[in-house]
Amino acid sequence: MNKIEQALQPLEPKTLSEKLFLVRFKTDTESHLKVNSEKCKVCRDKSCIYICPAEVYKLDEKENIIISYEGCLECGTCRIACEFIEWMNPKGGYGVCYKFG
Amino acid sequence: MDKFDCIIIGAGPAGVAAALTLVRKGLTVAVFERGEYPGSKNLFGGILYSTVLNKLIPNFREDAPVERHITKRRYSILSKNSEMAVEFDFEDFNHSPFNNSFTVLRAKFDRWFAQKAEEAGAVIFTETVVDDFIYDKGKVSGIKARREGGDVYTDVVICAEGANSLLTEKAGLKKKPLPHQMITASKEVISLPREAIEDRFSLNNDEGMALEFFGGAVKWMIGSGFIYTNGDSLSVGVGCPISVMKENNMKPNDLLESFKSHPVIKKLLRGGKTEELSAKMIPELGCKNLPRLIADGLLIVGDAAGFVNPSLYREGTNMAMASGVAAAETILEAKEKGDFSEKGLEGYIKRLKDSFVMKDLERYGDVPEKLSEMPQLFKEYPDAILKMAEGYFTISDLSKDEMHRQAWKGFKDKVSLWRFLLDMYKARKAIL
Repeated sequence: MNKIEQALQPLEPKTLSEKLFLVRFKTDTESHLKVNSEKCKVCRDKSCIYICPAEVYKLDEKENIIISYEGCLECGTCRIACEFIEWMNPKGGYGVCYKFG
Repeated sequence: MDKFDCIIIGAGPAGVAAALTLVRKGLTVAVFERGEYPGSKNLFGGILYSTVLNKLIPNFREDAPVERHITKRRYSILSKNSEMAVEFDFEDFNHSPFNNSFTVLRAKFDRWFAQKAEEAGAVIFTETVVDDFIYDKGKVSGIKARREGGDVYTDVVICAEGANSLLTEKAGLKKKPLPHQMITASKEVISLPREAIEDRFSLNNDEGMALEFFGGAVKWMIGSGFIYTNGDSLSVGVGCPISVMKENNMKPNDLLESFKSHPVIKKLLRGGKTEELSAKMIPELGCKNLPRLIADGLLIVGDAAGFVNPSLYREGTNMAMASGVAAAETILEAKEKGDFSEKGLEGYIKRLKDSFVMKDLERYGDVPEKLSEMPQLFKEYPDAILKMAEGYFTISDLSKDEMHRQAWKGFKDKVSLWRFLLDMYKARKAIL
């Protein structure tokens, strides 16, 4: 394929996990995000499940919230969407490390 | 650890602008940055306005990692599969100072900017989180860094922690923002050869373009999608208020993917390759809901203070730098008087009020609030307008007059004309 043909190819689709795989993370052993499971039990909206740009929060079969903090982009959106999420900055040097930003 | 004249939390544009100003006047300054390097946790949509940077580092363009200068702008409304756009191309912005508008990638730019402060004498502690302030009789007198021997003392602290303002809230200067006061924005950096960018967007060497899309770009919600041209990549993203995302149970990544796959956007991204995903909150507090900006021994700057112009200018970093410089100048004044109390720091408020920061926030700060009262601007009007335009341009066996009548009738069936005109007037008054 020449350069011009190449520039006209559609953008290669990528799933969220494939995109997160492109981002560099230094992963801590402890989560910097905590949910209040008592509140979660009675929470109807569960906005954390969809509001996170990295979809860090997932429900397991027992309707418990699983936090994949390793892929957190540290935007803080979940903290604003839910009043009960405890958000701490990851340890210094840990967490997301953008190459472009 | 020794005592510093000033401690700054966060090595973004606000913190570094403050640091640079202070060390140049001989003060000892420590900057605490939680990322691996300054900029490693920072991002924005795309455009840095450089009026403040120009004064801090004249001729920065020769040295700084800037991508392109913005000569072209395009504002579009999208329906499901069509576009109406207005495009501007300013040849005069092609000469120094290049209209003070540059695309940059923050992980590169912020790193460079922080290095300038370091060279001037600021001490930057990277990989160091600050968890709290140290108080002495109610006055902030230091910070608690999360490391051994992490208590560091100072006369005054500048908090430049960014939009996710944990410390500012903890100190009681700011209430936790409400979902309608924060935008959640997701972005991809998509690489594309320089020649392809220049050909596609009709740009000469180093010229750049800013494109913003409304309506169908973000599923007819309040908010927008954007494309900014970098050197050999595009910054492509979407942003909507968190409240709106919640009302629609909308996943940011789904919204971003839907934007990228809109037929109009898809064409612009051909040949690209996604290199990085990033996400950030943008504060749109409104000028009536700004936090308390000063306390005894403490000043709040940049995104933490909510200094973002949410109108079409999308100005954040320049305001951040301006507030950093204003905080630094206030500290110099306070040092002379030996008074770092809230009263001694009042000059900060005055400086902000006298500058474009508060003037623009007063003028534009409540644009989001006003627009939120008119969701039809984003929801109904884009499709109604585009459908009418499509009818106008449709060539068929009918006479042109008949086609126009049908197009016009179709529009009036969907939209109340009076409300439309009133909304257009209100929107123009709010935004322009």
